[in-house]
Amino acid sequence: MKFRLAAWALGRRELQRFWGERSRVAGYVASPLLFWVVVGSGFGDLEYFFAGALTMTVMFSAMFSMMSLIEDRREGFLLSVLVSPAPRAAIVLGKVGGAALLAWLQGLIVLGGVFFTSLRHDAAALAGVAGALLLTALLLTVVSYVVAWRLRSTQGFHAVINLLLVPAWMLSGAIFNPALSFAWVRVLMQVNPLYYAQSLVRAFLVDSGPEGPDVRVAAAVLVVSTLLAGVAAVRGTK
Amino acid sequence: MVAAESITVHYGARRALSGVSLGVAAGEWHGVLGPNGGGKSTLFRVLATLLRPDEGRFTVAGETAAERIRARIGVVFQSQSLDRRLTVAQNLEAQGNLYGLAGAVLAGRTERLLRQFQLTGREHEPVEQLSGGLARRVEIAKALLHEPAVLLLDEPTTGLDPAARREWLDLLTALRRERELTLLMTTHLLDEAERCDRLTLLHEGRVAAGGTPAALKGEVGGDVVEFGTADPARVAARYAEASPVVGEGWVRFVTPGGARFAAQVADALPGVIESIAVQRPTLEDVFFRYTGARL
Repeated sequence: MKFRLAAWALGRRELQRFWGERSRVAGYVASPLLFWVVVGSGFGDLEYFFAGALTMTVMFSAMFSMMSLIEDRREGFLLSVLVSPAPRAAIVLGKVGGAALLAWLQGLIVLGGVFFTSLRHDAAALAGVAGALLLTALLLTVVSYVVAWRLRSTQGFHAVINLLLVPAWMLSGAIFNPALSFAWVRVLMQVNPLYYAQSLVRAFLVDSGPEGPDVRVAAAVLVVSTLLAGVAAVRGTK
Repeated sequence: MVAAESITVHYGARRALSGVSLGVAAGEWHGVLGPNGGGKSTLFRVLATLLRPDEGRFTVAGETAAERIRARIGVVFQSQSLDRRLTVAQNLEAQGNLYGLAGAVLAGRTERLLRQFQLTGREHEPVEQLSGGLARRVEIAKALLHEPAVLLLDEPTTGLDPAARREWLDLLTALRRERELTLLMTTHLLDEAERCDRLTLLHEGRVAAGGTPAALKGEVGGDVVEFGTADPARVAARYAEASPVVGEGWVRFVTPGGARFAAQVADALPGVIESIAVQRPTLEDVFFRYTGARL
């Protein structure tokens, strides 16, 4: 009961803050759509890049939500959370849960763009993509949490995220087809959790292809990665 | 209510606290007085369970485990710990939830505290729209929501203008009359320290002295006489037996019968003395006596 109450307090705060800042709402929905159209048109393949735009939306949302963590914990709201008796796991769950929910909802809004493509958009496909995006949102939020908790400045956070998450996203199959890339790139992809996230999203959007990992394997990789990062997050919260 | 024994904290090679011990009785308002960088905030972080000391131990309200101490302390930080984007009510609700409070109990306490701190009617305003003084009142209401046994405050009036600062201290004074509450407050301000029942003087990570403000000032022994002069060395040399302290453009003595002494010096050195101040010792003098440093 106390655990749930504490987690809910922190998760609810994420939503309240977000809602209080409408420009953030507009920006996060508009920018991935714009990015999708511009980059996709550049490649001449709007449909291939659609799945990449979805994961990118989720990634940026997760990153921005966690950026506030750095100042918040040094001098701010999170200081008073840390001196409260709330279990550390509840703090992680609340913060990550709230931020992941926001990231997921933004991904879903961008998913609305699927109706303007010839990609699959039957109920089963939409449900599958939604599930894949939820797992992706949880993974990216908890990884951002772990990174943010270790860093002292937002500049440092930017640097690490740009070095870690953005390349991981590029190597996820978001912007180019893994099947057409060099062998060493394909090896890197195999150990990149975001490759599994990207493959999972794409699996529900296109009518089956032989490429990419099995859906169940991809989902399992995401769940296990998230749990491992979650353990690191709880341990790091002090 | 608070007992700390030989607390030592290192930041890398630097020692922030060296064997600091301190005791605070139930219902006492205890001040930790010292200049910035003297170790006050480090001690506060230790007692607030944010920092584990390298050596030493402490109990708060009889508890030693951080998890249990947390339930018994209310903490007011130097920086604002309210979420500026949320309303007063949303901040208080989140705080209550973190301490396991919800429903009618939380609503009742919130309403009582809002009334007590004259915040009724402002509860649906975002914190960023409140004045500094009002926001500080919300801050203390937030810290009291779970009815802690001990309130820890780290330089709580930082950033407030003098009027808001006085008002805030009056609020603390009134609060203590109403309920059994132990206060431990760090400060570098003399008028705040004067309000405390007892003080611990902290300098360079060590306890320099401790006691009630009156007893500490009594130990200075006599009046403080300060002469403004262009030639402080000459005045000091002439009255070397009275242990002068020489500064830039001033000489200072601590002596019984300050007024008589001042007149005597002014007569003996015509034209040298430009100004004279005679006063009862302040906590600043106490601090100077024990540390040779100024606050």
